[in-house]
Amino acid sequence: MTEMVFGTAPSRAGDPVLPRWWRTIDRVTLGLVFALFGVGLLLGLAASVPLAEKNDLPPYYYVTRQVFFGGMALAAMIGCSMLPVALVRRLGVLGFVASFIALLFLPVLGTDFGKGAIRWYSLGFASFQPSEFLKPGFVILCAWLMAAAQDLGGPPGRLYSFLVASAVVILLALQPDFGQACLVLFAWGVMYFVGGAPIILLMLVGGLVVGGGITAYSASEHFARRINGFLSTEIDPRTQIGYATNAIQEGGFFGVGVGQGTVKWTLPDAHTDFIIAVAAEEFGLILVGLIIALYMAITVRSLIRLMRERDPFTRLAGTGLACAFGVQALINMGVAVRLLPAKGMTLPFVSYGGSSVIASGIAVGMLLALTRRRPQGRIAEILLKRGR
Amino acid sequence: MIRTPLRPLARILSARAKGENPDAIERENLRLRHEEMRDRSRLKAEGRLLLLGLAFVAGFGLVGLRMGVLAASAPEEPKSGQAGPAIVAQRADITDREGRILATNLVTHALYAQPKLMVDPAGAAEKLALIFPDLDAEKLTKDFTGAKKFLWIKKRISPEQMQLVHEIGDPGLLFGPREMRLYPNGALASHILGGSSFGREGVASAEVIGTAGVEKTFDGWLRDPANGGAPLQLSIDLSVQATVEEVLDGGMKLMNAKGAAAVLMDVKTGEVIAMASLPDFDPNTRPAPLTKGQAGDSPLFNRAVQGVYELGSTFKIFAVAQALDLGVVNPMTMVDTKSPMFWGKYKIRDFHNYGAQNTVTDVVVKSSNVGTAHIIGMVGAEKQQSFLKSLGFFEPTEVELVEAPTGKPLIPKKWSEISMLTISYGHGLSASPLHLAAAYASIVNGGTRVRPTILKTDKVQEGERVISEKTSETARSLLRQVVVRGTASFGEVPGYAVGGKTGTADKPKPTGGYYDDKVITTFASTFPAYDPKYVLIVTLDEPVESSGDEPRRTAGWTSVPVAAEVIRRVAPLLGLRPEVEPGLEAGVTRVSSN
Repeated sequence: MTEMVFGTAPSRAGDPVLPRWWRTIDRVTLGLVFALFGVGLLLGLAASVPLAEKNDLPPYYYVTRQVFFGGMALAAMIGCSMLPVALVRRLGVLGFVASFIALLFLPVLGTDFGKGAIRWYSLGFASFQPSEFLKPGFVILCAWLMAAAQDLGGPPGRLYSFLVASAVVILLALQPDFGQACLVLFAWGVMYFVGGAPIILLMLVGGLVVGGGITAYSASEHFARRINGFLSTEIDPRTQIGYATNAIQEGGFFGVGVGQGTVKWTLPDAHTDFIIAVAAEEFGLILVGLIIALYMAITVRSLIRLMRERDPFTRLAGTGLACAFGVQALINMGVAVRLLPAKGMTLPFVSYGGSSVIASGIAVGMLLALTRRRPQGRIAEILLKRGR
Repeated sequence: MIRTPLRPLARILSARAKGENPDAIERENLRLRHEEMRDRSRLKAEGRLLLLGLAFVAGFGLVGLRMGVLAASAPEEPKSGQAGPAIVAQRADITDREGRILATNLVTHALYAQPKLMVDPAGAAEKLALIFPDLDAEKLTKDFTGAKKFLWIKKRISPEQMQLVHEIGDPGLLFGPREMRLYPNGALASHILGGSSFGREGVASAEVIGTAGVEKTFDGWLRDPANGGAPLQLSIDLSVQATVEEVLDGGMKLMNAKGAAAVLMDVKTGEVIAMASLPDFDPNTRPAPLTKGQAGDSPLFNRAVQGVYELGSTFKIFAVAQALDLGVVNPMTMVDTKSPMFWGKYKIRDFHNYGAQNTVTDVVVKSSNVGTAHIIGMVGAEKQQSFLKSLGFFEPTEVELVEAPTGKPLIPKKWSEISMLTISYGHGLSASPLHLAAAYASIVNGGTRVRPTILKTDKVQEGERVISEKTSETARSLLRQVVVRGTASFGEVPGYAVGGKTGTADKPKPTGGYYDDKVITTFASTFPAYDPKYVLIVTLDEPVESSGDEPRRTAGWTSVPVAAEVIRRVAPLLGLRPEVEPGLEAGVTRVSSN
């Protein structure tokens, strides 16, 4: 039974894959993700129409695309959720290597789509943002390194993972994509925290983050302007945040009605970064509350399930993925309500997006794979230790 | 603390002794240690995961709470915000002494373009050129299609023009609200009000700043929000001002003068009730300052305040009043008036020969230069100097107009005896009509110094005494007699007992010396002469009265009739009743017996 403890789920001969998957998967979270995707489609119906009209496309062009990419994302999610943990680890590390290379070549081959930061590869029919795919891979790799460090006589995995994290953060900051950089740093920090980091070191890292932020503020005008916009008490109503705030206030508790919103016509990112503003305006606090509850449920539920997990790698990787997912949603919505400075961050599954939705699907699929119920060592052992 | 040995040596040794392989034992031991370590870290992780979960609950809860707060709050009116410090647009009104509006604000719009938003730049440019004929379609097209992101097209447009621009329907043509300064009375009191223009301009608003007159003097006050929108109340009376300007304009044309100025002043408070300078301008469309020629010829030039002229015989009353006050003469003292009079190499002559001797009264009434020169000779240069100084002739007037300091009197560098003599009859010292008004007010109001002010006040100025009450009374009667039987006989206005003194001064040539045929004529008057309430100065620049056989240029023929007409019309407006003079009552039978 030793093998069980070290990760792989037992497979009895003749046990069919799908029923076992269904038995062990976190069905609630799966359902919640589907619900999120549904909400995303609903909002896409409202929010993406202006963009389609602006680009002389059929009004529901982006909705159909969303269905297409979303379908692929859900398929990827289910596919990933069936992977055994060892395979998750292998694929994750490979994915990380691939997307890291893609990230390296971004300045040469990438495009900025006129948005001031080179973050994308243009594939013609769709764009592809390597940093989105990098995140799950990065989490898996770091979890693996950290878990290995917990073995007696294992490698200094924490140091390695820190170096990897630094490299990734520097690459992302150079784009510049401070939002993703923060996310990566946060995911690493959370894993390190759960992996048993000394508190002093955590504080040191926190200090480093603050220092880095100050450096970025003074060095990058792009960054400084956003922070300044956030810190000024007066909201300039012509900024994205100004419009978003106004939309939330317009919506009130029950919204102005389906299709009656106006913010989607003024906000250029209404279908991506500020989709929550569209939701708030048209459907009111009710839908926003539902969305918040969905994200919270997915994140917290995953974390609670991981508390029972005995395998360090599974625990760490799951924590990283769940937290990255939750924090991305938190940051996106925090920006819309002006709790946080403006960051280009999408709302996973709800925002319109091509490759990013698929990346989210993969990440959540891996999370689901990690939170599957599996035997956690021998009963006797557990009971004996409880007694001690 | 119980130390667990790193390796289970006892068991290994015993196993070795038994000949078994100790590796299995060691592996098992390692596994157990591993297990124990992991349990420890798991326990730690469990706590930390719980903490993380709670942090997320708190985070999402905070976002949800904030959403709820936002949703519950009322949406703000979308206002077009302005980066940078806000521009305070509200400027206080300016009113006359009765509260009638002289300057106020009007909401209007500025037209600007954001070429990036334009749908049809060329078409819009063409249509704009049709609405605003002064715009050039080609140049606009170039601006709209160039690299410019923003450009002003018109600073102020009318509602009709705005509607027409709306009808072009181009989203790149935008309007910025403006608060525009409006002077509803047009050119009325233009020199007092001055004017205003836009200072800093933004899309949402523009700053209105004063450029001249009280608008500039009180710029800070007018813009100060702390005043709570209280208007700036001037001492000007709008209807009196209008009358003065109208009569002065007619008189100026009738007398073929190239310029004119008038000051009407309250003798007790020093308030300027009306002040006009012609030619004038419309402060709504303030003309640009002259770039060449004399500044004094610009309509912007305020002749009443900025213009300093030799005011001629109007000064005689100062010499005579001083002599009376010092007691060196009395009104009946006979004074030598043999013309010409010789003083060293200088020769002083009168307009006519008035005989060998005249009384002091007649010197004033007939306006004898020689007589006045003899009188001031009895006073002396130093005393004359200090007296004129006490009347304010050595400093610019302190009236609250930004232009006032430029109206600095021209006084001789060296106050020689000949200066003393010529200044006694108003040559050799230049001062503004406002100076003269203030000095006359000081002479006739009982003898206390008056300083002119443009702001409404009820306070009687209790300035320092310049002459005694009694001398003031004598001076008033002298002035009255000038009108009754002297050079200002056209100045008689029945019922208002006008008193005054004429002054005709040859204009100095810029090259030195004086013109023969260019004069400045002044009539400094006060009414009612037995109890003066107001002083009126009327000055005409180069007037010629040509109704007779030969052109007449003296003040008696030019300024006096204009001033008389002003008094005839403004006295009722000022609330003065026509009255019979106390001294003349003897020949009048009163109907009512009170």
